[in-house]
Amino acid sequence: MKVLVPVKRVVDANVKVRVKGDGSGVELANVKMAMNPFDEIAVEEAIRLKDAGKVEEIIVVSIGPAQAQETLRTALAMGADRAILVKTDETAEPLGVAKVLKGVVDAEKPGLVILGKQAIDDDANQTGQMLAALLGWAQGTFASKVEINGDKAKVTREVDGGLQTIDLKMPAIVTVDLRLNQPRYASLPNIMKAKKKPLDEKSAADFGADLKPRLKVVKTEEPGGRKAGVKVKDVAELVSSLKSAGVI
Amino acid sequence: MIRDSQLLDQLVTTVRRFVRERLIPAEPGVEQENAIPGAIIDEMRDLGLFGLTIPEAYGGLGLTMEEEVMVALELGYTSPAFRSVIGTNNGIGSQGIIADGTDEQKQYWLPRLARGEVIGSFALTEPDVGSDAAAIKTAARRQGKNYILNGTKRFITNAPIADVFTLMARTGGEGASGITAFLVPRNSPGLSLGKIDEKMGQRGTRTCDVILEDCVVPADAIIGGVEGQGFKTAMKVLNRGRLHIAAVCVGAAQRLCDESVSYARERKQFGKAIGEHQLVQAMLAESGTECFAGRCMVIEAARRMDSGARIIQEAASCKLYCSEMVGRVADRAVQIHGGSGYMRDSAVEHFYRDVRLFRLYEGTSQIQQIIIAREMLNA
Ligand SMILES: Cc1cc2nc3c(=O)[nH]c(=O)nc-3n(C[C@H](O)[C@H](O)[C@H](O)COP(=O)(O)OP(=O)(O)OC[C@H]3O[C@@H](n4cnc5c(N)ncnc54)[C@H](O)[C@@H]3O)c2cc1C
Repeated sequence: MKVLVPVKRVVDANVKVRVKGDGSGVELANVKMAMNPFDEIAVEEAIRLKDAGKVEEIIVVSIGPAQAQETLRTALAMGADRAILVKTDETAEPLGVAKVLKGVVDAEKPGLVILGKQAIDDDANQTGQMLAALLGWAQGTFASKVEINGDKAKVTREVDGGLQTIDLKMPAIVTVDLRLNQPRYASLPNIMKAKKKPLDEKSAADFGADLKPRLKVVKTEEPGGRKAGVKVKDVAELVSSLKSAGVI
Repeated sequence: MIRDSQLLDQLVTTVRRFVRERLIPAEPGVEQENAIPGAIIDEMRDLGLFGLTIPEAYGGLGLTMEEEVMVALELGYTSPAFRSVIGTNNGIGSQGIIADGTDEQKQYWLPRLARGEVIGSFALTEPDVGSDAAAIKTAARRQGKNYILNGTKRFITNAPIADVFTLMARTGGEGASGITAFLVPRNSPGLSLGKIDEKMGQRGTRTCDVILEDCVVPADAIIGGVEGQGFKTAMKVLNRGRLHIAAVCVGAAQRLCDESVSYARERKQFGKAIGEHQLVQAMLAESGTECFAGRCMVIEAARRMDSGARIIQEAASCKLYCSEMVGRVADRAVQIHGGSGYMRDSAVEHFYRDVRLFRLYEGTSQIQQIIIAREMLNA
C-alpha cells in the first residue's frame, strides 16, 4: 500500500510572529520556516507503518513556494520515499489544497492519506475533511492511535470529553493529533542521503486544479494584551466576584 | 567551504533543535548525577553526531572545516559535556587515522567510529609531560611481531568509556622524531585505567589515567605502519581541533549572552529591569561584541583552511581568543545574574566552571601565544 502525506511549510513554532504594518497578514520576510509540527507527526506515523510492514511506499507532497522543497527534503530525510512539490506562489487555502490533493490521490492511488489535523499558521483544520468529502472516502480526524488491519483502519480519536474509536474502510483519510507519536529527528547521514531521493515538481494545473484564492482576508491584528487582574482575599470573595462577573 | 548551503542549513537546524529540545533540558540532570544518560548518548548516535568529520566513504558526513564549525557553534550552545562525548571520535581520536592510517586501519576503525559503535580517545599527556608534548616518556619496545608499552597517560578524556586509544609512545630517541602513534584497543593485555578524576567542571564527562604495564599491541597497531611519525600525525590534526574548540567556545558564549539577556529583562531592581541600567548594558554589549568577533574569526579561519592555506597562526589565534573570550563572557554572565549566578541551579554557574577547561587543553593559552608569535616572526 502507498501512503500519501501532505506537508506544509509554515513559520517555525519558536518564532514570535508579527503582524504586517498594513494588517494584510503576518510578516514572512526573513522569518525562519519549518514543517508544520502536526505534519511531522503524520510523516512519523507513515514511517512507523512502513517499519511495521503495513506500507510499501511513502509519498510526501507539499503545495507551496519553491522553498517548500526544504520541507519535503526534511520529510525525505525522516524516511519518506519520494516527494512531489506542487509549486505555487498563491496563498494556499484549504479548499484549493484539497482539490490539488484530490488530483494527486487520483494519480498516485494511495490506500491512506495521513495529514496533520491543522497547520499552525492559519489553524483552519479543514483540509483533511474537505479532501475526504471530495474523494467520498471515510475519515478519522484528530487521531491519537492508528492501527491497520487488512482493509480496515482502526482510529482512536481525541474528542471533547474522551476518546472515540472508529473503524474506517480503506482507502481512508486520517488527520493526526499531538499525542499520536513523538516524531524522530532526521539523522544527519539521512539528511545527506535525502538529497538523492526523487522530488518531482508539478503545478496545480497538472492535477486539474487551481489555487486561486477563494477567501478574502479582511484584517489581521495582534491579540489584545493581557489586562490587569484583581486580587481577592479569600475563596468567598473569589466566588462572589466570579458570580458578579456572571461567569458562574 | 560550504558544499550545499540548503543541505547544511538542514543539518544545522536539526542539530539546533536537538540541542534545544533534548540536551538543554537534560543539563540539570547531568550536573546532578555527574553522568550523561545512556538514552541521550543513544540519541546522539542515532543522529549521526559521532561521524561528523569522518569521510563519507567510511560512513561519516565528511564535513568541511567551515561546515564543522557551523555545527560546533550549535553544539557549544549546551553543556560542553555533551560535545565531549562525541569530541574524541570527531577529533583527535579519529583524525590521526584519517590523516596517516593504513587502508586496513581506516576500513576497520573509521566506520565503527562514525557510527559511534566504538569510542576513540587520545592519549598524549603524562604525569610529567603536558605542554612539552615532545618529551613524553611512555616507552614502546619492539618484541617480535609485537610492541611492549610501559608508562602512564594522564587526564585522558573519555578513557573510561573508550574502546580504542590513539596513544603516543616513544619508539626511538629523544624529541619529536622518536614518537610513534599506536592504536591501542581497550582490552589489550597490560592496559588498565586509574580512578576517575574529580574535575572542576564539565560534569558528566570522564577523564582518568591510562596505565600501561607491559601492554602488548601488534606491530600493525602503528598508525600508518611506520615508526617515528606520531608527532607529525598529531601536528597534522591540531588545526582542525583548535578551530573546533574555538567554535564550541563561541557557541557557549552565545548561550551565556542569551541567558544574560533574558535575566536582564526579567530581573527588576530600583524599579526597573536591570537591563535598563547602563552598567549592565555595558556588560551585555562587551559580551555580545566579543562573541561576534569570535564567530567571525573562526568562520574566516575555517574558510582559509578549506581553501588549503597554511593556518597554523589563525587556528592558534582562534583557540586563544575564543577560549579566553568565553571566560570573560562567563564571568560577566555570573555578574549579571548576581547571587543567583553563584547558585548551583543556574546554568551560568556550571558554564562558568565548564569553560575554564578550554584555556587548558588542546594547548594552553600560553602555548597558543608561543605558536602565534613564532609564526609571525618566522613569516
Ligand atoms: C579535563 C581535561 C581533559 C584532558 N584530556 C586530555 C586528553 O584527552 N588527552 C591528552 O593527551 N591530554 C588531555 N588533557 C591534558 C591537557 O592537554 C594538558 O593538561 C595541557 O596540555 C597542559 O599540560 P599540563 O597540565 O601538564 O600543564 P603544564 O604543561 O605543566 O603547564 C603549566 C603552566 O605552565 C605554562 N607553560 C608550560 N610551558 C610553558 C612555556 N614554554 N612558556 C610559557 N608557559 C608555559 C602552561 O601554559 C600552564 O599555564 C586533559 C586535561 C584536562 C584538564
